[in-house]
Amino acid sequence: MRPGDAAEALREHFGDTVTDVSHFRGEATALVDRVAVVDVAGFCKEGLGFDFLVDLTCVDWLDREPRFDVVYHLLSSSDWQRLRLKLHTDPDVSVPSVSGVWGAANWAEREVFDLFGVEFENHPDLRRLLLPDGWTGHPLRKDYPQSQITLPRPRGDKTFE
Amino acid sequence: MVATEQTERRGETMILNMGPQHPSTHGVLRLLLELDGETVISVTPDIGYLHTGIEKTGERLKYQQAITLTDRMGYLDNMLDELAYVLAVEKLLGIDVPERVKWVRVLFSELERISSHCVWIGTHALDLGALSMFMYAFRDREMVLDIKELVSGVRMMTSYFRVGGLMADLPADFEPKVREFLRTMPGRIDDYEELLTRNELFVERTKGIGVIPTETAINMGCSGPTIRASGLPYDLRKQTPYSGYDNFDFETVLGQNGDVYDRFLCRVGEMRQSLRIVEQALEGMPDGPWRIDDRKIAYPPKDEIVTSMESLIHHFKLFTEGLKPPAGEVYNAIEGARGEMGYYVVSDGSGKPYRFHMRAPSFYNLQALPLMAHRYLVSDIIAIIGSIDIVLGEVDR
Amino acid sequence: MGVNDVPDLSAGTSVPIIQARSLRPPGDTDYMPTQGGGILTTTVEQMAAWGRANSIWPALFGLACCAIEMMAMSAPRWDLARFGAEVFRASPRQSDLMIVAGRLSTKMAPVLRQVYDQMPDPKWVISMGACASTGGVFNNYAIVQGVDQIVPVDVYVPGCPPTPDMLMYGFTMLQDKIKAGLPPASDVYLSGRGV
Repeated sequence: MRPGDAAEALREHFGDTVTDVSHFRGEATALVDRVAVVDVAGFCKEGLGFDFLVDLTCVDWLDREPRFDVVYHLLSSSDWQRLRLKLHTDPDVSVPSVSGVWGAANWAEREVFDLFGVEFENHPDLRRLLLPDGWTGHPLRKDYPQSQITLPRPRGDKTFE
Repeated sequence: MVATEQTERRGETMILNMGPQHPSTHGVLRLLLELDGETVISVTPDIGYLHTGIEKTGERLKYQQAITLTDRMGYLDNMLDELAYVLAVEKLLGIDVPERVKWVRVLFSELERISSHCVWIGTHALDLGALSMFMYAFRDREMVLDIKELVSGVRMMTSYFRVGGLMADLPADFEPKVREFLRTMPGRIDDYEELLTRNELFVERTKGIGVIPTETAINMGCSGPTIRASGLPYDLRKQTPYSGYDNFDFETVLGQNGDVYDRFLCRVGEMRQSLRIVEQALEGMPDGPWRIDDRKIAYPPKDEIVTSMESLIHHFKLFTEGLKPPAGEVYNAIEGARGEMGYYVVSDGSGKPYRFHMRAPSFYNLQALPLMAHRYLVSDIIAIIGSIDIVLGEVDR
Repeated sequence: MGVNDVPDLSAGTSVPIIQARSLRPPGDTDYMPTQGGGILTTTVEQMAAWGRANSIWPALFGLACCAIEMMAMSAPRWDLARFGAEVFRASPRQSDLMIVAGRLSTKMAPVLRQVYDQMPDPKWVISMGACASTGGVFNNYAIVQGVDQIVPVDVYVPGCPPTPDMLMYGFTMLQDKIKAGLPPASDVYLSGRGV
């Protein structure tokens, strides 16, 4: 299976749920609808053979509407092909959890919740993973401050960006 | 009698807190063990005690500066982290590096793998009671650290791999030093095997312990020796070769039972295969440039700066604004010492990464720990943690 | 002041600050500020100080990359055991030195303080590495910018990571400090907590 074939097969099977397929530097990305991600994930695992969820992460596009990209990287252990799934979401919109499809998603979704604030429905244990329990705020968002210390300068203070 | 009393008391479990400051947790890992007597019912890892915000800091550094952060994430096999990141940025830029660079990268990747496995075998055996193994393994690791210090000046956080090439060319006394290493190391690995492989105490503590079936391991996203011990040939150096690995002749070491003993055998076998690769890399090292010729990516040689105006401007722009890949995203994975190590780099066209994310193998391997540890004894947990070979810097980032 | 004059960093502070031996001009025997006059008046005190300095037992507190260099320091090539630090005790109640090796995250900070409080007096702290001393490379939300915000520190060892011989030099500086009779930082900054 060539890199683009899986994404095309996905689009053929799901039609409009897969809103976009793009290719960059030999990698295929399929943009899917947020509400259908569990079905798409199940088809990827059972139908297309992507049994590894390699990574689950999020990107914050501050000036774009919708704001977050939740990104899934998949790998097939039969022919070692990769596929990337993406979906769009917003800060107060929750995403269905794929931890029922791949157990590896459990901690990865907790980490995304911890650092970005994206909530996942039907997650067995959604709480903070890396930061202390009482922490407020989601640090990896782009509007969270970068640095802790500010250096005093002769012509005024400068935050070390 | 004692047996009936114990049977009646079943149903009362105790929660034992292990760590985060603990000699055998290989870092600051906290485990909540639910115990029924000595038997472990469940293990809940509590991570985050080394969370450093590296991904946040990476967004305010330039692409070249972020190489220093990659070193500090997986600090035991740091050149493999650098390699994964540098290959990701080179993929984003769409460039190809000279042959010599690829071979040097392979050579150092395998040296780094040997060094990481030395730390693993030393600390794993130390946890199980073999103190002298720790001394031997660290003594041998010093040879690799000397080689790293020779090329980059630093023992651990080398930042030797750069985007488009290397930091500098190999010095003249590099080859004799690596040959010396190749001459002594196989004997040392034989010593380790003599100490441990057929040692009754070691086998008794590791055979049949911490078994994970292949399907469960795939479901949890395990990679590296943790899953190769269960029989799956998941080795990215063979399946999706990168940086010229298809020029080298080596084998993937597989296990059968997926227990702690098989993971031990896998890693020791890998050390020997890595020595083979290092020897082949040294024999066949091509001559040539040690960085690409593109002035917008790799800075020009210093003597050109004083004669050529364009070189001076390129040098200036590279260090103030940074190299600028096209907007897009890339995921690049390599075979780290612990499994699949990948970098997901998103670029918005500026000199700083927009998103700098690392796929850490230890994060997913550790997630499978509760499945490996069910119904074993507390002392077996120590053996299992050692066999997964976690690095908390990777897990917590 | 000429170019070879060494500035007196202790001027204006209540705590004598010891400079590294290499910064002092050669032949300077007044290395420790107290060796001229001496805090240790009795032979018993001097013997106790000698005993304490030569049998420091560190507590295991390796956090990150610096911990690997700390382990290398106890490995055969550098061998800290010949300076008296024979064992790294796992229990803080049996140790008198805490080498904070690595970056301290905000989740770990209360644990650090708890382990430090469990150590019996007299206790010393070496802050190993740039991250433990000042926050190092990481100026962000997650890392405490210097472990001396949590515990009082006796010796700071810079480096990223410091090589084992650098850490060993810091260790010998601590031994000199103890033999000179200077109070540990815990007594200076946390006075009134009792022995």
